[in-house]
Amino acid sequence: MSRVLIRGGRVLDPSTNRDETADLLIEDGLVAAIGASLSSADAEVVDASGRWVAPGFVDVHVHLRAPGQEYKEDLASGGRAAVAGGYTALCCMANTEPVNDDPSVTQFILDRAEKESPARIFPIAAATRGLKGEVMTEMAALKDAGAVAFSDDGATIMDAAVMRHVLEYSTLVSAPVVVHAEDCGLRAGGVMNEGVMSTRLGLPGNPVESEEIHVARDIRLARLTGARLHIGHVSAGGSVELIRRAKEEGLAVTAEVTPHHLSLTDEATQNFDTNTKMAPPLRTQKDVDILRRALVEGVIDCIATDHAPHADYEKAVEFSAAPFGVIGLETAFAIASDLYRTGEITPLQLMERMSTAPARIFELVGGGFEVGQQADVVILDPDQKWSYDAADGFSKSRNSPWSGLELTGRIEATFVQGRLVYQAEKGVVTQ
Amino acid sequence: MIGQDLLGIEDLQRDQIELILETAETMQEIASRDVKKVPTLRGRTVVNLFFEPSTRTQTSFEIAGKRLAADVVNFSISSSSLSKSESLLDTAKTLDAMDPDVVIVRHRVAGVPRKIADILDAPVINAGDGAHEHPSQALLDMLTVYQEKGRIEGLSVAIVGDIAHSRVARSNIYGFTKLGAEVRIAGPPTLIPPGIEQLGVKSYVSLREALDGVDVVMALRIQNERLTGAFIPSVREYSAIYGIDRATLRFAKPDAIVMHPGPVNRGVELSHELTDDRPSVILDQVRNGVALRMALLYLIAGRTSSPGQESGS
Repeated sequence: MSRVLIRGGRVLDPSTNRDETADLLIEDGLVAAIGASLSSADAEVVDASGRWVAPGFVDVHVHLRAPGQEYKEDLASGGRAAVAGGYTALCCMANTEPVNDDPSVTQFILDRAEKESPARIFPIAAATRGLKGEVMTEMAALKDAGAVAFSDDGATIMDAAVMRHVLEYSTLVSAPVVVHAEDCGLRAGGVMNEGVMSTRLGLPGNPVESEEIHVARDIRLARLTGARLHIGHVSAGGSVELIRRAKEEGLAVTAEVTPHHLSLTDEATQNFDTNTKMAPPLRTQKDVDILRRALVEGVIDCIATDHAPHADYEKAVEFSAAPFGVIGLETAFAIASDLYRTGEITPLQLMERMSTAPARIFELVGGGFEVGQQADVVILDPDQKWSYDAADGFSKSRNSPWSGLELTGRIEATFVQGRLVYQAEKGVVTQ
Repeated sequence: MIGQDLLGIEDLQRDQIELILETAETMQEIASRDVKKVPTLRGRTVVNLFFEPSTRTQTSFEIAGKRLAADVVNFSISSSSLSKSESLLDTAKTLDAMDPDVVIVRHRVAGVPRKIADILDAPVINAGDGAHEHPSQALLDMLTVYQEKGRIEGLSVAIVGDIAHSRVARSNIYGFTKLGAEVRIAGPPTLIPPGIEQLGVKSYVSLREALDGVDVVMALRIQNERLTGAFIPSVREYSAIYGIDRATLRFAKPDAIVMHPGPVNRGVELSHELTDDRPSVILDQVRNGVALRMALLYLIAGRTSSPGQESGS
């Protein structure tokens, strides 16, 4: 029997509301005990004093690019970037080549992930074939193959009748439908938030209303169908009120926010840096303030990175021609934990938003330290400063707006099913 | 001194703008000589890197460079296909390897001159990037107004037309407000960009109100093909409401001047007669453009020599 004893850390388990200094004992990959002064003669001991010990993070929105775009990322590099960021489980979007709209692709991703990724991978399948927004996918077969949710993500389903049927049909398999909420007509050619910054820079703007209108539409469709609707990467403050009301009404609506939308504004685009170009775009400080409060209050349920790797040469082009998206797995905790350092969120709440809540919404293993559960664990120091250079990261891509900066909040070790898969001092321990 | 690159008026201080205008005035004398050439930039290479065709601006920079005895090379590349845009980086690096002394960049996408400036050792002058900035145009406009009115501080300038898509409007807003003028903008609501008043201008829908008592009326070109349908119902309706003729000009000061960055759609932005005759100063703008661009090339590429002295002796 293999035993690991994580000793003396601040154990934060939102699933049981535990926040205390304790030891965590792992036996054969499962949580065996949590308590004061546990002893285990033959256990490998990890000193976690002065550190947080929390359930491994769960990211319900990443792009791992495999199959088909392995020059940007693959399941091995994405999985390594994940565990380096404290993530033990990822849900990967369907916009691969071929699109994950067929059980064979879902199965391929799971097979490769099993072999290559130190983090658990849970595919999100396309909601419509080829992400075309026309014909819905075989959701039951996809779910049987291992898909945990359905989404056309950035290929937003603009036809409300198609979306209605997708939502209706999804209740058959009881899986969340994830929406990238943007009215493509209103967005037009917008490449950044519409406002004084887009006016100053002379770049086409994308108004907050393009998101809010779509959020409102899909909430109405969720009411019509009774489906589980998960709203991806909320960027506009105005969306929060719509989500709040949907929840008050008792609809099965959940939402996520990215670290970049919690921390950056359209001012970051000042120098036309294409690593500040993402969809939805960075908004204003007013939006950031509302999103932060919504996350603290739980109106927005969880943090997801929308990790979107692109090759350097793809980003090194005219701003309007560059692809949307930034990587985020390795920096998510450092950026999000600013909320803790400013006193806006408690440690337990922060861990809930990064682990317990996303695991619950997507019905994934993890998110807590129940005895007998798989031991997915992160050990971190929320106050430690470190230098981030995307070129030294584990992702294959480097498109981060934070590269070259000193960040605060560092992941020290990550365990997946009780096995040490990442140690900051040594880099990734292979799975 | 002005900086290494000239990417926009937003980056300039008032005294830098004034230095450029003063230098341009000294350059104007050269155009009046029989031999319109001084050896100031002899042996320097000026590259016109134009990703978007622009006969006027390119020619103006070319003549400016040649009057200063620089070797001017035109490097025109079609950027019509954005899918091939990774070549932007390669183009810049290729050019850099040829050791130019100044590179003039025109591109239809905002921010490209800055991206190229980040790559090149040579200084970069923005000759217009998307709807962002067109600093040399604004500077020649300021020079023209200064020479007409003897000052800029305290004047009222109305910019009329497609503000949303206009780099000329943005650069002029920054420039004229920095020099102490009041700037008003006017145009159909679809062509007024959000937050524009935060740049220090007052925005009008009514042309009459915008022109009320102004010293300078600047009309912007309406890009018919891009705007009709989506932003304005028709050129006819635009012209009926925002076209400037002698009748609408009566709302402005009696000695108000009329400007246009060209080329004018006659009978659309300006009436036919206003295009050609006083108080229109459109050809002065063009003339001043050469002197102004000479000043920019001199200030940016010719720091070690002074203008005009050798041939003037």
